[in-house]
Amino acid sequence: MANQEYDAIVVGSGISGGWAAKELTEKGLKVLMLERGQNVEHVKDYKTATQAPWETNYRGRRSIEMIENHPVLRRDYVLNELNVDWWAQESESPYVEKKPFNWFRGYQVGGRSLLWGRQSYRLGDIDFEANAKEGIAVDWPIRYKDLAPWYSHVEKFAGISGSRDGLDILPDGEFQPAMEMNCVEKDVAERVKNHFNGKRLITMGRVANITQPLEGRTNCQYRNKCWLGCPFGGYFSTQSSTLPAAMKTGNLTLRPWSIVTKLLYDKDAQKATGVEVLDAENNQTYEYKAKIIFLCASAFNSTAILMRSATDVWDEGLGSSSGELGHNVMDHHFRAGANGIVDGYDDKYYFGRRPNGIYIPRFQNIDGDKRDYLRGFGYQGAASRSGWSREIAELNFGAPLKEALSEPGPWSMGITAFGEILPYHENTIKLSKDTKDKWGLEVLEMDAELKDNEIKMRKDMMDDAAEMLEAAGLRNVNKYDAGYTFGQGIHEMGTARMGRDPKSSVLNGNNQVWEAKNVFVTDGACMTSAAAQNPSLTYMALTARAADFAVKELKKRNL
Amino acid sequence: MGINRREALKSMVLMMGGTMIGANVILTGCAPEDRIEGLDFSESEIAFMDEIAETIIPATDTPGAKEAGVGSFMTVMVRETYNKEQQETFINGLNDIKKNFKSEVGVEFMDASHEQRLNFLNALNEELRSGNNESGPKYISMLKDLTVLGYFTSEIGATQALRYVETPGRYDGCMDYKKGEKAFAL
Repeated sequence: MANQEYDAIVVGSGISGGWAAKELTEKGLKVLMLERGQNVEHVKDYKTATQAPWETNYRGRRSIEMIENHPVLRRDYVLNELNVDWWAQESESPYVEKKPFNWFRGYQVGGRSLLWGRQSYRLGDIDFEANAKEGIAVDWPIRYKDLAPWYSHVEKFAGISGSRDGLDILPDGEFQPAMEMNCVEKDVAERVKNHFNGKRLITMGRVANITQPLEGRTNCQYRNKCWLGCPFGGYFSTQSSTLPAAMKTGNLTLRPWSIVTKLLYDKDAQKATGVEVLDAENNQTYEYKAKIIFLCASAFNSTAILMRSATDVWDEGLGSSSGELGHNVMDHHFRAGANGIVDGYDDKYYFGRRPNGIYIPRFQNIDGDKRDYLRGFGYQGAASRSGWSREIAELNFGAPLKEALSEPGPWSMGITAFGEILPYHENTIKLSKDTKDKWGLEVLEMDAELKDNEIKMRKDMMDDAAEMLEAAGLRNVNKYDAGYTFGQGIHEMGTARMGRDPKSSVLNGNNQVWEAKNVFVTDGACMTSAAAQNPSLTYMALTARAADFAVKELKKRNL
Repeated sequence: MGINRREALKSMVLMMGGTMIGANVILTGCAPEDRIEGLDFSESEIAFMDEIAETIIPATDTPGAKEAGVGSFMTVMVRETYNKEQQETFINGLNDIKKNFKSEVGVEFMDASHEQRLNFLNALNEELRSGNNESGPKYISMLKDLTVLGYFTSEIGATQALRYVETPGRYDGCMDYKKGEKAFAL
């Protein structure tokens, strides 16, 4: 294959890469989108999305073979017989855990946009200002007002449903009508609001499932099988949303099975000239040239590409002169909260399988609340009636058991916190000296852990949950800390942060690599701090903003 | 490992010109007539598991576990999702039920009435639940687990014992419910 030239190359096809491709092609650029894994075609390749439970092998359980073949995936709920092909093959793509680290990667067209939890929240001023106010890490080079119009831009197109609550801590957006709380959630929300004088709010989850149709997409059908791909296009994914828009322009070329090994760097011009691609199927190497490059390969893989680039100039790669490339690994720590039994409501039930729950915005360290740690956490949760898998202690075998399990069981409600992890310089990833992947590339070595701030926070994550559920009148309230392994939140952030100074950050305020202004990193790698909110919506907004900037600069011949 | 050992023995027996029946003799050191060995469940073994499942979830105004094919479902789950220790517990449990039922009730499990089977399995369930005996019949909870899972996720269980709505199309978070109405299948 001959070398080819494009206006722009987008590395990665997940949430960020899809947005980069859409925005750049719609602005008239000829774009090559590179994806390291297989193609997944919208609807056609959602092979298990319409399977009935009885058509599956293990009915939601795992085979010994699945467990043996997925030593990392098996650590959490994500290992599922119905979409196991949408996660990275661990034997081909290992990584090194200097400290325990769960890295759940989606190596296919669409990346984890097919598999994500879809909770979509804006960061607010308090989040962008926190580092500067508290003297943590470095200041974000942008503020909420810089990103607000771009949040609106992506919300309208992606389709985020949710309620407008008028909170500074969780700014409102361009929402479609919110999904509905069930009766128990509504009543619990009311009791919590009254008990805490309005300082703690239970709102409906803001989620990238649409409640009104969008172009080419049907509103959510309440099947709750999003992670199998939605034949209705009911949730935002690359396939349902950004890829068709980019394809429609006629300006996009998508190349699956394309592992980007490094950027091609011109040290005199201080620009990247293109990328080197290793074809994952035939092991051949190709070069593609472009005027601008968007790295959207997922946080750690975007950083790994930088680490392997321009090593003739900087031993540790492009962006390493800051001393921060590969540092400040973040995630959200979670799996601490409470649950309890809700008495009554035996005459109430719900129809439809809602792929969403309730959200409790952060209430710690704001409005006069003061904790013995910085930042805070939000909760996600839901109330539901138990199903046939419940234990009924008083019943033996036979017809009464069958009859009882055929009816909905008691109501319960649970909430689990998602807490902010501070950016610590010493939480790092780096290229391993001795472990290589199937293609001979050095793999990443993870060395990250929680520190005092997070560990103190975890106690409140349990206690505050129990306090709220008890205040709402739940019985047998059980608070828990089920343990957290770094990476388990699947919200990897940091390692190529934005900042105001090339001496302490990898990217500037427009997501440009300081030493290669035509290289933009707009996935989780760019995050300067983590906030407590689910981060994907912020990657979308940052990507759209950077794409707009890039094209303007290109037209001014600044790139 | 257990499966591999069995496979190795099978190969060895075949090489020696023996038959598959012979493999059981080597594995157990004796040849009791009706013991379930290994994981190649026969038709009659599946029928036995069907009847155990039917005892746990019987036909009422809706079909029971046997018609839902829970016996066959169990063989898949035991073979492919159980580890070696769980497989042994399960297989030994089936053998115990077969043997002890005969000696305690006086007839073969397969020839007994629903009530006889129910009383026998409930007694085992009580024994496990009482928790007095640490080596209690854990296989009973396996049988119950696989029966309940297999039944309520089967087409019969999901669409007749429960209400199965493939594509709800909407969400009603506060619908009225009357005792006796079926739960929605997942």
